[in-house]
Amino acid sequence: MSFLMPLRIEKRASDSQVMAVLSPLMAMILTLVTGAAVFASLGHAPGEALYTFFILPLSDVYGWTELGVKVAPLLLCAMGLMVCFKAKIWNIGAEGQFIIGALGGGYLALELAAFESAWALPLVLFFGASCGLAWAALAAFLKTRFAANEILTTIMLNYIALNLLLFAVHGPLKDPDGYSFPESALFSDFTMLPLISEDYRLNISVFFALAAVAIIWTLMARTFIGFQISVLGEDASAARFAGFKEKRLVWFSLLVCGALAGLAGVSEVSGPIGQLNPYVSPGYGYTAIIVVFLGRMHPLGMVGASMLLALTYMGGEMVQMDLSLPKSITGLFQGMLLFYLLACDFLIGYRFVARGHLTGASDGS
Amino acid sequence: MDLDLLLNVLFATIRTGTPLLLIALGELVCEKSGVLNLGQEGMVLMGAVSGFIATVLTGSLLLGVIAGMMAGMLMSFLFGVLAITLVSNQVATGLALTIFGTGLSAFLGASYVGVGIEGITAWNLPFLSEIPLLGQVLFSQDPLVYLSWSIFALVYICFRSTRVGLTVRAVGENPEAANALGMSVFTVRYLAVLFGGAMAGLAGAYLSLAYTPLWSEGMSAGRGWIALALVVFASWKVQRVMLGAYLFGAASIMHLVLQGMGFEISPNILAMLPYVATILVLVVIASDAGRARLSAPLALGQPYRPQW
Repeated sequence: MSFLMPLRIEKRASDSQVMAVLSPLMAMILTLVTGAAVFASLGHAPGEALYTFFILPLSDVYGWTELGVKVAPLLLCAMGLMVCFKAKIWNIGAEGQFIIGALGGGYLALELAAFESAWALPLVLFFGASCGLAWAALAAFLKTRFAANEILTTIMLNYIALNLLLFAVHGPLKDPDGYSFPESALFSDFTMLPLISEDYRLNISVFFALAAVAIIWTLMARTFIGFQISVLGEDASAARFAGFKEKRLVWFSLLVCGALAGLAGVSEVSGPIGQLNPYVSPGYGYTAIIVVFLGRMHPLGMVGASMLLALTYMGGEMVQMDLSLPKSITGLFQGMLLFYLLACDFLIGYRFVARGHLTGASDGS
Repeated sequence: MDLDLLLNVLFATIRTGTPLLLIALGELVCEKSGVLNLGQEGMVLMGAVSGFIATVLTGSLLLGVIAGMMAGMLMSFLFGVLAITLVSNQVATGLALTIFGTGLSAFLGASYVGVGIEGITAWNLPFLSEIPLLGQVLFSQDPLVYLSWSIFALVYICFRSTRVGLTVRAVGENPEAANALGMSVFTVRYLAVLFGGAMAGLAGAYLSLAYTPLWSEGMSAGRGWIALALVVFASWKVQRVMLGAYLFGAASIMHLVLQGMGFEISPNILAMLPYVATILVLVVIASDAGRARLSAPLALGQPYRPQW
């Protein structure tokens, strides 16, 4: 096949740092182009549709506050996942940890309905985060004790968590006065997160997310345990040779992620939702995986990526309203983005060179 | 337990196990060639939605089944381009395929939710279905169940005593050596991945055309992931894949048995059973970790990049 190609592919001597930054941008452009084609094929003017999807949702203050409402849970989950992915622990369980955090925290919020104290909210948040942590601990236990593949166990735990939530809202936690809807009672004001402004839904959970960015950044860049996690991910045998306790790092990474995802979950029910229902998560735990990859596992990159992915949720709702397209187009855009990113990442390690043009870079590869 | 209930349970076990058997067979072949495709769930969903739409539009169940397989293959081709040609991380690419397939299928199927079709019906095999008891359980199933058995037999024979099976295994165990012997690692891996896609798509079509003839978002309910666990459970042996698929089928319909015996348990709790069973299975396999690791294809999950 190589005779037919005017260009040949060559391995770079070392990974290109420039491409590592450019690749997400290229992926975004390719997603926009494909998105335009999708809209055109559905009979909508591509420019107008893209405008409706990406620009219109952010055309007023309300839009930006709604972006914050969605960035907070995404960023909390993503920061936790990043710690795991750095260690090459493929925790896909943020979704389940999120749901269990929401369920546990929501349960306590309902129990504390008559507890009119400033302590109610911190207790609820703490309990929600602890439940998420406990759910992640199951995966950590299965991995360290039985060497069970964490991808499969965390996925299974996600499905179990969702069914637990469904069981709770159809059964024990269902609002007795709520007709036949599978919903809990509304939480009392003492268990709700304070709003930043009375006019909008944005609450202080966005500060939790920013604090998580700062803490995880410090953890990974400035502490010994963060260093150990990175080494474990880069080269597990080197980590073992250096005497790092692998099991302890697995526990640590998963528990951090569980606590953060649990906090995200409880903040969602004690915030914009205000009760338990079957739809506490629109897939934040899965979308957070894309945030980690698109943000290049760098805290600042992930802040940007979480804003973009939060926007895809809002864009989906916007095109549903304005163009009457199904809002599941959100998932399509998210999936495309990740696909293009993985494809563009090829250029980090490889490059195209003109046939016949000699470079020394490929020597030794 | 009375006989009728037992026969019904066995009949339903096979029906429920069939999509798992199909997905797991496809993934098994794929993994034998050294490629780990975690995108099963996305391919199954695409197969289900495409099969359903094709049947609604054309009125033909056969075209629906074919469309389902084609959709699965198209998805797996995407995976191949990324994971084989562009040597991307197979784990991340598989996840991407699942996320993409979940989103795309929900998008394509949005206007088909709640549409009803006449699903694939049972096909009583002549003579065989009249065998007492056995005929009722095994030979009064729908055609796709029989097809799954034929595919099982093909894959079994292929790995047991053909050159094709040997080639796939060589590529999965040691791609460099296979390449040196003149086998095309790329071609073999692409074909294996495409076969996996076709099987996942077929399983999807089975779900939306035969098992429950309708389309609903995320209707595969994690079967793609359970099938991945099944392949590990079967320690990459074809015959054990079938055993495992039916065991899981049985676990998934336990509620039938329990209801038949008069128990009242929340359906949401019962719905957890297959997932809990999967975790238990993963734990049991791991207690025999040494053997499991020995039977895994050596180059599983490792990209292969020849000198161009």
